[in-house]
Amino acid sequence: MNIYRAHVLICGGTGCTSSSSDKIQNEFELKIKEKGLDKEVKVVRTGCFGLCEAGPIVIVYPEGAFYSHVKVEDVEEIVEEHLLKGRIVKRLLYKDAVEEDTIKSINEVGFYKKQKRIALRNCGVINPEDINEYIAFDGYMALGKVLTEMTPEEVIQVVKDSGLRGRGGGGFPTGLKWEFTAKAQGDQKYVLCNADEGDPGAFMDRSILEGDPHSVLEAMAIAGYAIGANQGYIYVRVEYPIAVQRLEIAIKQAREKGLLGKNIFGTGFDFDIEVRLGAGAFVCGEETALIASIEGQRGMPRNKPPYPANKGLWGKPTLINNVETYANIPQIILKGAEWFRSIGTEKSPGTKVFALGGKINNTGLVEIPMGTTLREVIYEIGGGIPNGKKFKAVQTGGPSGGCIPADLIDTPIEFDTLTELGSMMGSGGMIVMDEDTCMVDIARFFLDFTVEESCGKCPPCRIGTKRMLEILEKITSGKGEPGDIEKLEKLANTIKSASLCGLGQTAPNPVLSTLKYFRHEYEAHVNEKRCPAGSCKSLLSYHIQEDLCKGCTVCAKVCPVGAISGERKSPHVIDQDKCIKCGACLEKCPFNAIVKK
Amino acid sequence: MEFKFNWEENKDKIEELKKVIEENKGKKGALMPVLHEAQRIFGYLPIEVQRMISEGLNIPLAEIYGVATFYSQFSLIPKGKYQIGVCLGTACYVKGAQAIIDKIKEELKLEVGGTTKDRKFSLQATRCIGACGLAPVMTINEDVYGRLKADEIPAILKKYME
Amino acid sequence: MKSLEELKKIKEETLKKVDLRKQKEGTRIVVGMATCGISAGARPVLMALLEEVKNRNLSDVIVTQTGCIGVCRLEPIVEVYRPGEEKVTYVEMTPEKAKRIIAEHIVNGKVVTEYTIGAYEK
Repeated sequence: MNIYRAHVLICGGTGCTSSSSDKIQNEFELKIKEKGLDKEVKVVRTGCFGLCEAGPIVIVYPEGAFYSHVKVEDVEEIVEEHLLKGRIVKRLLYKDAVEEDTIKSINEVGFYKKQKRIALRNCGVINPEDINEYIAFDGYMALGKVLTEMTPEEVIQVVKDSGLRGRGGGGFPTGLKWEFTAKAQGDQKYVLCNADEGDPGAFMDRSILEGDPHSVLEAMAIAGYAIGANQGYIYVRVEYPIAVQRLEIAIKQAREKGLLGKNIFGTGFDFDIEVRLGAGAFVCGEETALIASIEGQRGMPRNKPPYPANKGLWGKPTLINNVETYANIPQIILKGAEWFRSIGTEKSPGTKVFALGGKINNTGLVEIPMGTTLREVIYEIGGGIPNGKKFKAVQTGGPSGGCIPADLIDTPIEFDTLTELGSMMGSGGMIVMDEDTCMVDIARFFLDFTVEESCGKCPPCRIGTKRMLEILEKITSGKGEPGDIEKLEKLANTIKSASLCGLGQTAPNPVLSTLKYFRHEYEAHVNEKRCPAGSCKSLLSYHIQEDLCKGCTVCAKVCPVGAISGERKSPHVIDQDKCIKCGACLEKCPFNAIVKK
Repeated sequence: MEFKFNWEENKDKIEELKKVIEENKGKKGALMPVLHEAQRIFGYLPIEVQRMISEGLNIPLAEIYGVATFYSQFSLIPKGKYQIGVCLGTACYVKGAQAIIDKIKEELKLEVGGTTKDRKFSLQATRCIGACGLAPVMTINEDVYGRLKADEIPAILKKYME
Repeated sequence: MKSLEELKKIKEETLKKVDLRKQKEGTRIVVGMATCGISAGARPVLMALLEEVKNRNLSDVIVTQTGCIGVCRLEPIVEVYRPGEEKVTYVEMTPEKAKRIIAEHIVNGKVVTEYTIGAYEK
């Protein structure tokens, strides 16, 4: 066996792969070989490190040196300087990793310091395509413990005691779900993994599948033992090719090692897993729709009860949890319910992964203990709002969630607090908005998504969301009339109470929450035909300030429709009839003489 | 638009599909995996393919059609190897995007939303892609062409014809 | 997989390979590996250190490299950082000396005074 003195970890998540981290890997392997270091330095492709904004990311151990925005051309320098001569290439280190000339390792960087990684524990640490590395970090130990030392009842008790709640959105106690399915009568039972992560802006499940697929397989086998099932299915989006591929590899390796299949650990327990692909329908994230899709039907939800625990896949008792929920299970089994409860809050123990995006400096994936405040996430981990803009609101829960305004930023993040505020945890999207974001337009954006993705089975959702979208479009285009806001509210409340499934029941949340906290913005649109954030195109116009305009003609040249005219060296004017409000002039004006109002 | 399914040319693909159907027959919930495979093999799901699946898996054609139209990943018409998108946002429209579209239609004998007979090109009119400064704009797969004039179109398309 | 023991065996074997990536609080042994160090023979010293650490299963010890430590005439140089102790600098190292340092200093906590820079200066 070679003894490696250094490991070069390259992010192989989807984000970094699309900025050619595979080429960087090849270059590293090539250069390391050229320098004759291939017996001393190991190159490993891992899952997502989380700080996607800084990608492609390379980490060199044992120092834990955290290189960001690495380009293929930079590889030679890292090999030559760092790996050969032992001098860390400061120029390429992540900006927060250098402070007063001392170099911080990855765990000390602000972005990671406040995080607590349970579900993401192996992402960016192990090679997801090597089952041995997973085993080295305690992989399959929990399954071994469960099969050799515990009864199914004891397993369920531990999960119940841990207080783990479903990470896919609803926050239903996981242990109870397991208990219901275990107690349900049936000759055959199934374990399903919901990996149909559809919220625009949420990608933690993808990262777990790409970075640590075995943690999900192990947890599903544990669940199978607990509820008495020997077959599992993972329903994963076809839009996640890397995740699908790594899952297939992981399942194959687990079968070869006998960690899936017949007579696992010689205990007589059989369990196997199959991957099933989604086909681009958001509603399939709803559990009964997902089941219908696996069965080969249109992915439409049905009435509950009966719940899947009693009547699920092919009418058999079925346990269905999401990816992040499963990823917590092996750690809970190994470290105990007490340990898990010691993290997070009383009603929401443990951690939650959030996909931080929008108007924020550190876009990426963060795992934090429940109870962390929004302020800590946005400012201490997220690094605040770019360009000195003012923080306005944060949207959580995707199309099912809502907007939380700036004055509630000290709210601790928990299932129940977010729901009380009219938003929800959802699958963990967290979109930050600044003063330039129009809240009516955001509501319109999410409704547009829901209308597109409504399966059409029940009228409140199919027709109602469409009507809401029409009103929102009317308001944002400056044609709002008195009474529109009230109509919106009425529709929203009806859809919420009358829809068949979670998609319809939560679809009005983006509207209701923005109406609750930003009603004045709606009113400004309707009554004054004004967009306070300066975002709704139809409601604003561009003007050149005479005193600031030097007559340089840049704006006139850049205007795509020839709406700007004026003599050289004298103030220009914009013809409001011709202007299409594309904003090109405002961006280009060297004197900041153009304003939109 | 019409795409005649060529049985002769698709012989190998049909064989491949038959194998897939055979492998999945009797498996529970076989329809979705088979549709995914068929989409991969043929690039789309023409009614002939759906009928073969219907017969092979013993599932009514109506049900298969229902599933195939429900999911956005499945397409009933073939997409071109090169997918042309012409921006019809306001800026592009004012700057003559319609003339660009007309020229492409004329050059390729193609309608908006359609695919050429040789399945090399398909044409789409898109919403604003946010490159107003470059108007009018056209994309071909990942390539972006800006400040276009209609008479430049033939030369650009020629690059993709080989 | 027929037993838990089998799994544990895989774990032990692979752990050695990935141990490097765990954050450790323990001892750090740093080898000066700039051009001067390498030409003076730092690489065999580094390999000897790595091998000893592995053979003795010293999981709490990191062996790493750094650039020029500054006293090129005394290369190869090895520095040992132990929590709560002053840094110890060993000079004119050889693979043999490296093994003794692991045995006496790292394992038993006794500095090998005769190899240190202090001893040399006298």
